[in-house]
Amino acid sequence: MKIAVVSGKGGTGKTTVATNLAWVLSQKGPVQLLDADVEEPNSHLFFHVKYTEEIDVEILLPRVDKEKCLLCGKCAKACQFGAISIFNTGVLIFDNLCHGCGTCSIACPTKAIYEISKQIGVVKIGQIDEKLTFGMGLLNIGEPSGVRVIRELKKFIDNSRTVIIDAPPGTSCPVVETLRGMDYAIMVTEATPFGLHDLKLAASVVKEMNIPMGIVINRASEDYKEIEEFAFSNDIPILEKIPFDRDIATSYSKGSLFVEEKKEWFERFERLYEKIAGVIV
Amino acid sequence: MKQIAIVSGKGGTGKTTLSGSLSFLFENHVMADCDVDAPNLHLLMEPKLLEKHEYFGGKKAEIGNSCTSCGACMDVCRFSAIIPGTTYKIDPYACEGCNACVLICPEGAITLKESKSGDYFLSKSGDLPLSHALLFPGEETSGGLIAEVRKLALKVAEQKNRKYVVIDGAPGIGCAASSSITGVNYVVIVAEPTISGMHDLQRIVETTRYFRRNFGIVINKFDLNEVKTDEIICWCEKEGIEVLGKIPFDPEVRNSAIKAEPVVKNEKSPATRAIREIFQRLMEIV
Repeated sequence: MKIAVVSGKGGTGKTTVATNLAWVLSQKGPVQLLDADVEEPNSHLFFHVKYTEEIDVEILLPRVDKEKCLLCGKCAKACQFGAISIFNTGVLIFDNLCHGCGTCSIACPTKAIYEISKQIGVVKIGQIDEKLTFGMGLLNIGEPSGVRVIRELKKFIDNSRTVIIDAPPGTSCPVVETLRGMDYAIMVTEATPFGLHDLKLAASVVKEMNIPMGIVINRASEDYKEIEEFAFSNDIPILEKIPFDRDIATSYSKGSLFVEEKKEWFERFERLYEKIAGVIV
Repeated sequence: MKQIAIVSGKGGTGKTTLSGSLSFLFENHVMADCDVDAPNLHLLMEPKLLEKHEYFGGKKAEIGNSCTSCGACMDVCRFSAIIPGTTYKIDPYACEGCNACVLICPEGAITLKESKSGDYFLSKSGDLPLSHALLFPGEETSGGLIAEVRKLALKVAEQKNRKYVVIDGAPGIGCAASSSITGVNYVVIVAEPTISGMHDLQRIVETTRYFRRNFGIVINKFDLNEVKTDEIICWCEKEGIEVLGKIPFDPEVRNSAIKAEPVVKNEKSPATRAIREIFQRLMEIV
């Protein structure tokens, strides 16, 4: 089973839920934890990971062979991203605008365009212990999009294990890329109007992708019931409510797992998983 | 005119809490919410909508009836956006509108169509203009939409002769975060004293340096983990980065959030005092 941990709003507790859940489940059977928040991956900070593999993620950038180039401008016209300009003296390529799609090569009538690869990030694969394997993607500073890093990371999904993926925040394309092929989405939100607003956006993506979901309310409060009302009227189960608790916040800040410090929560995460497993099978 | 962006690598560090409060303290300014994936500033400001603009971020391919399922498009597509079948289809979420399949198709069956990927708005809260946007879920062109939000804010600031544009930035370090800070006069980076906060702070500092912007740091909820706070301060000293201020953990911040109000409306809150000091320092700098 493949479970993505999602949140519209950042900082709601996605990583807290993903790391603690992965740890609890790994005490029972084989689990793989993947961190797809490639702009700011944090899950690895909660474990000692022994990395075994590091794979470069690359895109192909065009380069022009001046001998063959006629300066006809067909490449610049074909490019949808404004990444190519033609001057009397030659062709200028803006690497930061290039999507690495290869369209310019197709458009060139004299095959003057060749491609070089450029590293935009890495995927790191490793092991936390026998029961818990780990993978993460890391986007290089200055690179615009982590989608390709996520796609590369997902090639390492181990179907023989229960897979927990820590998704990027928001609702844009990296989230969609992460959710593709998932069996379930845990929506982590916080009990504020901001949390609710962003939860609605994220839930609309998950719903459109036909993935079953449930909600975990973090920093739950008796003063703010609107999340529960939203869940009820949209028929989305509430899987768990984690109250605001200074101890939990402190164990997060130190990089420790609160299920290890609070036995009660270990059991509550086990039950959370049982609720999900019931839906999938 | 000066542009000031408030950003944080990590989400949920208190970026909107700070920018909502600064917005309350600033005078003669325009606000811009650049977190177009998950915009929250309008919830704090309860603005009245003045203008709505459609945003066409890019194009998507469409396969027409003359498709013979030859598979040539699938061979050239580098985004896994072609779904094979008796007639081929495009996965609109994966398609980047690059045009490769259009050029390669021997039947001329594929066309690129303009695709609407969001809306952006001009609103007004009292006398304060706010430009903001909503990216349609699953879209990729948030950098472009953020550029539109900032352009709109600048235009209004010029028309109304406002002195500052205050930007609530997008989280992360990718195109959304970069578009929030390119060309601004000053960047305020909000950090939290956690192990992940430290990790993400270093990455957003590197990103801000990459775009050669001046910046300073605010540590939010500093007393949740004073050891980590000291670590951040030491690191900043070593790197020659100014710490603009520290905001204490204060239940009043949460209560204000539930009421969707900026915390500085509450004069008694310890967080308010800290934010006022940060504002003073910011005014000295810019």
